[in-house]
Formats: sequence, C-alpha cells, structure tokens
Amino acid sequence: MAKSWKMPKWFYQLGSPRWFYDISSRLLPWFVIAAVVLLTVGMVWGLAFAPADYQQGNSFRIIYIHVPAAVLAQSCYILMAIAGAISLVWKMKVADMVAKSCAPIGATIAVLALVTGAIWGKPTWGAWWVWDARLTSMLILLFLYIGVYTLHTTIENDISAGQAGAVLSLVGLVNIPIIKYSVEWWNTLHQPATFTVLEKPSMPAEMWIPLAIMVLGFYCFFAVSLMLRTRVEILHREKRAGWVQQMIEEQ
Amino acid sequence: MTNKAASDLSLSRVFVMTLKRDLLLAYRRRNDLVSPLVFFLMVATLFPLGVSPEPQFLSEVAAGVVWVAALLSTLLSMDSLFRSDFDDGSLEQMLLSPQPMALLVVAKVCAHWMISGLPLTIMSPLLAVMLFLPSEGLSALVLTLLIGTPTLSLIGAIGAGLTVGLRKGGVLITLLVLPLYIPVLIFGTGAVQAATGGLPIAGYLAILGAILALGIVLAPLAIAAALKISVSN
Repeated sequence: MAKSWKMPKWFYQLGSPRWFYDISSRLLPWFVIAAVVLLTVGMVWGLAFAPADYQQGNSFRIIYIHVPAAVLAQSCYILMAIAGAISLVWKMKVADMVAKSCAPIGATIAVLALVTGAIWGKPTWGAWWVWDARLTSMLILLFLYIGVYTLHTTIENDISAGQAGAVLSLVGLVNIPIIKYSVEWWNTLHQPATFTVLEKPSMPAEMWIPLAIMVLGFYCFFAVSLMLRTRVEILHREKRAGWVQQMIEEQ
Repeated sequence: MTNKAASDLSLSRVFVMTLKRDLLLAYRRRNDLVSPLVFFLMVATLFPLGVSPEPQFLSEVAAGVVWVAALLSTLLSMDSLFRSDFDDGSLEQMLLSPQPMALLVVAKVCAHWMISGLPLTIMSPLLAVMLFLPSEGLSALVLTLLIGTPTLSLIGAIGAGLTVGLRKGGVLITLLVLPLYIPVLIFGTGAVQAATGGLPIAGYLAILGAILALGIVLAPLAIAAALKISVSN
C-alpha cells in the first residue's frame, strides 16, 4: 500500500484564516512591545552612545538604519516568494495573503535602504549615487517588488492576482542570485577599487551590539506590520464568513 | 475518437505543427513583423542625434546601444505573443489539449524568436557599422545576440503570459520583465567590450549559454503556469 505523505498538523492550521487571525491577535502585543523596546534601545545606543568611527566620524551612524533595512528588504523578498510557492502548491489562503502583504512592505523598506544609502554615500564617497554592485542590486530588488505589487493591484480577481504574483516572485527568486552575481562581476570589471569601503570592517562590540539590536528590532517591526496587513486582508476576503460577521456584530 | 487521435500525436510533431502555425500567422501579418525591426533601427539612430555624433564616443557606447535597442524591441513585440490566441480562444484549446502546455509554449517562443530575435541579430552588424563599433567586436556582438535573444524571448514570455488577460498588459510587461533582463544585458555587452579590448570572450558566452539553458528548462514551466492563471481568470 502506498503511504501518503502528510505535512504536520500545524502546517494545515496555518492555512486557516481564522486560526491565523486568532493566533496573530495574541502574538501582536508581544511583537509590538519587542519592536518598540528593541528599536528604542538600539536607536539611542547606536545614535548617541556608540563610539564614532575613526575614519567616517559620526556620519557612519546611519548604519543603524541602513543595514537593518537592507537585510530586511532581502529577507522580505524570500518570505514573499516562499509564501507564494506555498499558496501555489497547497492553495493556502493565508500564505497568499501573506505574500500579498509582503510586497508593499518590502518595497518601502527597499526604498528606505536606498535613501539611507544615498545619504550615507554623500559624505563618504562624495556622491549621492554610485553604480556599485550592492546599490544596483538593491535597486533591481525594488523594481521586482514594484512589479509584484503592480501585478497584485492590476489583476482584479484576488485568487489569480495571488497566483500571478507568486509565479513572478518565484521567477525573481531564481533570478536574484544571477542578477547579484552578474552585477558584482560587472562592477568589479568597471569600477576602481575605491569602493571597498562597503566591505564590512571588523567592528568593536560597542558598535555591532546596537546594530544587532536594531536588526532584531526591524524584524519585530516587520512582523507587526505584516500581521496588521494580513489581518486586514483576512477580514476583507473573509467578510462573508460566519466568524467575521459574528466578530463585527459583537463589537 | 478524435481525442484519441489527438493524444497519439508525437511530441516532436506537435512541436513542429505549433511552430509552423505561429510562423504562418506571423507571415500573414507582415506589418507586425517589420515594426520591431524599424523600432530597433530608430532607437539606435536616436543616440547619435541625442547624445553625440562623434565616432570616438559612438564606438565606445555602440555595444550597449545595440543591446539596449534589441532588448527594447524584443519587449515591444512581446505583448502580441499570446494576445491573438487569447482573444480568439485558441489559448484555451491549447491548455485543454492532451499535449503538455510547456511544450506548446516552447514552440511558440521559438517561433517568436525566429521572427524577432533572429532578424535583430542579422540586422545588428548594420547598426554596429553605423555606430562605429570596432571590427573586432562585430563577431562578438552577433554571437552574444544569437545566444542572448532567445533568453530574452523566454523571460519576456513569462511576463506576456502573466499579463495576457489584462487590457493594459503592454506597459506592465515592461515593468515585470526589464529587471529580469539585466544579467543578459550585462554579459552581452561585457563580451563585446572584452572582444574590442582584445580579451577572450569564451567565459561570457559560456555564461550566456548557461542562462539560456536554465531558461529553456525552467521558463516554459513558468510560462505555462502563468497562462493557466490568466486563462482561468
């Protein structure tokens, strides 16, 4: 007899909008507290107390916004693609909604990373923008986000929009390593070596601990905003479901 | 009974039949065939007019201009790839047919390349001469376009499949597909620049070939999935 392979039970529970709504309303306060505490501590420590860089002086402090945003923008894309794949394969409603909510958040964070990068670039390199590998690949990531987001908003049918967005984000996921590699190669062929500033120097602990706190804080903030967006999306799509009607009547 | 007969067709025969059908359809609409080529020529003409007619400057940017023009004109022709099939319902028939959609899609993309990418590649030496590309770079330009344009057609077809059900698909394709074209552009122009500098280009060609191989394997699956989504909408 052929054995049918099953995913664990919690995996299927994740697919139920109602279950997700309940668990996220319990988790949300904790993530809000964590995000506020981590961001405040990290920001104050990083911007006021961490030692100034011996080369860049105080202008390096923007790293405490720039690096977390850049890291998060990339993880957000991976999450969006994975959620899209799950919704394509297992037809999970919640995965589809998470993928949809990821696109605008990711695009905003990519813009934040690019803008802070430009502001940091002005005192360090003397130019707002250089065609460096990392900057260019981040810009392309932003374009991919915008593409997925536009696809979600242009296709009127929610289900097809989700599937189309998932296909595009998966194609992008295959392409991202190729783009990154090609851009890096292109850069090293054409740019002089002056931009190795971008390579991470070994930092003293007083500098990287607040940075790690900020990265964690950004992730918590991302979790909060993702949950909020997904919850709105759930209410919007499940507005005819009994439990949503009941909840609205109770309020 | 007819169903049985249809499913008995060998895959290679289905491939050839779809290819012939698309080529015939393209031949019947010759105007659509010519306009991307004229566009290709015009974009390349705009650069000397808009930037500088100096041979020195033009020979430096020639590879990039020809590649960007080829990329844009491929995009221009992309929207029509599935449009007429979608409008007259043949696309639904293809999806319902017993043959795998990915195979039919490869045939359609192949036909599209033969009427867009291949003429562009053949026309490119003319533009290269107009833009004073050094003669050492000429063969590299033709070779990279020959390997690169099929990839452009394959990736573009994913965008075309996703947007075929939408009324204003044309602009959206550009947004979806252009970021994915970047590696092909980088390695294509990189090879031409290496060739004009007297450097070996085998590495660039190998990477372009690898991207094409990856595209031939994976893109048809994505295109077929995209078309299914668009048609079921």
